[in-house]
Amino acid sequence: MEALSPTMEEGRLVAWKKKEGDAVKAGETLAEVETDKAVMELVAREDGVLRKIVLGEGATVPVGALVAIVGGKDEDISLVLPPTSPAPVVGGGLSRGAGAAPGTAKAPAAAATPAPATVAAPSLHPAPSHPTPGSSRVRSSPLARRLAAERGLDLRLVPGTGPAGRITKRDVDAAGAAVRPAAAAPAAPALAVVPGMAAPPGGVRDVPLTTMRKTIARRLVESIGPVPHFYLTSEIEMERAWEARAHLAGLGDAYKVSFNDLIVKAVALALRQHPAVNASFLEDRIRYHGDVHVGMAVAVEDGLITPVIRHADRKGLLEIAAEAKTLAERARARRLTPEEYTGATFSVSNLGMFDIDEFTAVINPPEAGILAVGRIAQRAVVADGQLAVRRTMRVTMSCDHRVVDGATGAKFLQTVKLMLENPLAMLL
Amino acid sequence: MATTFDVVFIGAGPGGYVSAIRAAQLGLSVGVVEKDKLGGVCVNIGCIPTKALLHSAEVANLMRHAKDLGVTAGEVQTDYGVAMKRSRRVAEQNSKGVEFLFKKHKIETIKGTGKLLPGRKVAVTRAEGGTVELTAARAVVVATGSRPKDLPQIGLKIDRTTMISSDEALLLDAAPKTVAVVGAGAVGCEFADVFNAFGSQVTLLEVLPRILPVEDAEMSDVVAKAFRKRGITAVAGAQIQKVEKGKGGVTIGYAAGGKPQTVTVEKVLIATGRAPLTENLGLEAAGVKLTDRGFIQVDGAMQTTAPGVYAIGDVAGPPLLAHKGSREGVVAAEAIAGLKPHPIDYSGVPGATYCHPEVASVGLTEEQCKERKLEYAVGRFPFSASGRARTAGETDGLVKIISGRKYGEILGAHIAGAHATELIHELVVARANEYTVEEIELAIHAHPTLSEAIAEAALDAMGRVIHI
Repeated sequence: MEALSPTMEEGRLVAWKKKEGDAVKAGETLAEVETDKAVMELVAREDGVLRKIVLGEGATVPVGALVAIVGGKDEDISLVLPPTSPAPVVGGGLSRGAGAAPGTAKAPAAAATPAPATVAAPSLHPAPSHPTPGSSRVRSSPLARRLAAERGLDLRLVPGTGPAGRITKRDVDAAGAAVRPAAAAPAAPALAVVPGMAAPPGGVRDVPLTTMRKTIARRLVESIGPVPHFYLTSEIEMERAWEARAHLAGLGDAYKVSFNDLIVKAVALALRQHPAVNASFLEDRIRYHGDVHVGMAVAVEDGLITPVIRHADRKGLLEIAAEAKTLAERARARRLTPEEYTGATFSVSNLGMFDIDEFTAVINPPEAGILAVGRIAQRAVVADGQLAVRRTMRVTMSCDHRVVDGATGAKFLQTVKLMLENPLAMLL
Repeated sequence: MATTFDVVFIGAGPGGYVSAIRAAQLGLSVGVVEKDKLGGVCVNIGCIPTKALLHSAEVANLMRHAKDLGVTAGEVQTDYGVAMKRSRRVAEQNSKGVEFLFKKHKIETIKGTGKLLPGRKVAVTRAEGGTVELTAARAVVVATGSRPKDLPQIGLKIDRTTMISSDEALLLDAAPKTVAVVGAGAVGCEFADVFNAFGSQVTLLEVLPRILPVEDAEMSDVVAKAFRKRGITAVAGAQIQKVEKGKGGVTIGYAAGGKPQTVTVEKVLIATGRAPLTENLGLEAAGVKLTDRGFIQVDGAMQTTAPGVYAIGDVAGPPLLAHKGSREGVVAAEAIAGLKPHPIDYSGVPGATYCHPEVASVGLTEEQCKERKLEYAVGRFPFSASGRARTAGETDGLVKIISGRKYGEILGAHIAGAHATELIHELVVARANEYTVEEIELAIHAHPTLSEAIAEAALDAMGRVIHI
């Protein structure tokens, strides 16, 4: 399975356009694959024969998994055939049959290791390598590394065109803005003070945009422009949540969870209950997501990024807490892999730690909403006809009106409120 | 004899023969049409025999100074005829080597002159008489190379006796007493060097403002100085105004620095460049277009405007260098076999001139960096500061690395000095792989070697040179 978009992590095989035994030419469409964004064409990288279809129609596999084998007509493909079930193959792209050429050893062919060159199934130099999320080693030139470091580019997202997919200066230059390190953003000023940002008294200081800052700028304009936002604000009483958290903390360090973890969990459960909100607007249709993946905006030096807690609705609080902690640390160290910061179905942005009472956040398309979370503070409320002091928290949900209508969003928010005001409900 | 092959080549020079072998490696059947000896100009009347003569010249020069090294071998005498015959034997051996390689790869050689016919066919007028038509199932590769160019419009017309090209110079029985070399590119400088070592009085005339005009100016200076020291009259900026053939030889009138001058010589070596061999090849009829400059127009895979017809080497455009032709040959063969060869980075083709001191380079000159308004740093290290160079008494020249000011990438690298043509490859590899000066310097260089000068020049580019 090739990464057909920079953010693609898995693909669903929609339909095969070729049958086993069909001759294929480089560039011809082999199959249609549905990515996170659209239905794309999976094309043959080489001339040859479609020898084996490994992945059936309708199946979903991660990027890098073997989907089919293209090779010479009579080539021995037994070495690259999966034993019984499709085994993930390192690297992207279609696997080729291993052919015997004089002086070259037979070896399973994967995109990461070029197949021995034969006249029938030739490839001396593999096609440009595609992003292979998860792979730690990136072949790149020292110059490319320097350029990428300075521009804040994640080299793992840059397709390499050098020998064996090595990333060169040309590739880094070409990647430019195509690579997106950041995602959702609250409509708030930059969170981190960047060293060297202060201008001299009476003067100005122009600092060129880093790639991350450029991406944030572009993404926000892409969001606030075309996405019709509307906002729903609700005040949530946090007394029980406060108690629950304190109680858990009293059990020992191993039971410590943050309010943010509680909020992520509540949002995830609410999304499960309100599938209309767990959706994306895709120009000609609305896509409802079967899984709940919650993004959480994390401020990093000169920007922010939104790592994703996958299947947050199915995870326990401790699991969410541990994951959130690791992801935040990795985000600050700029060590997130693409699959760790893409694919959220809804996001949470929390500025409570900055003493913000309430704010609105900008949606991270194609998500349909984002929850902006303010601080928890003791406030005067009227309870049972009496003035009382209660810990409350204000949340504002930004909704993409093309997907979520007022009432839909309001009902979702009600559920979030219910969960947080009654943490026990999250056990149900 | 087979008349149908997967690939038919016209020309077995360093482009054609390398390409033929690569094609055969990839399982294709290959036929090669060659009207002369295998190996082409490079092996027979180019790179190889000139380097053999230059080695003789080097030995002669070395022996003249052997006394300083504590070695006395009597009076040094030179015989161009003997050196020439040795160079022929070396060339012959190399040509035989190509023959052997062709046999090994079952490549068929068709002796004769090939002409392209439409539909991937080649008509061959055979050397042994008669004609034969060859058919290429996959592709025809035109690799006919180039020939020395003369300038009849200013009276410089090759007559093969007094007005000669490198072709004739390589076959002289004796060095001329006096010789004017017109054109101070690689070929001109190399022959000026050889003739000087063999006792000729050499006048080297270059119309551009300096000798070795395509090299970095500092390298030109090193060679100009060394030439002058050895008694070669090197005149840059020389406008030739008159060429007269008379009884006492050829008189060339030229202006340099606004002053008219004349020189009368026994022979004139015309080294003003080479022209692609595109005539009588049936190119137009086959749909193969030429560029404005008369080279065959090719794409990145070396395919011409006629599908299935490829062109490589000198005939496919500059730089006219054997190693560039060989690389194009590999690319063409792989493309024909259906592979996706790596595209050629023409900016990474090294240049090598084998006069003494040698000059070698890759990438941009400092002048080009200035023209392009690049921000660069220059690192230099003179061989006079190299321990190893001093032990060999070869202290002329320097290593010069031009690196990007910001990232330290190698924009250009230039070496003038002993063994420069060998030394340059460290920098060629570094540049091709986008190493910066830091990576070069971090790699430990053995002591004492000339290569240390490269590490020091890299350090100098970073402002940290140790040994100067």
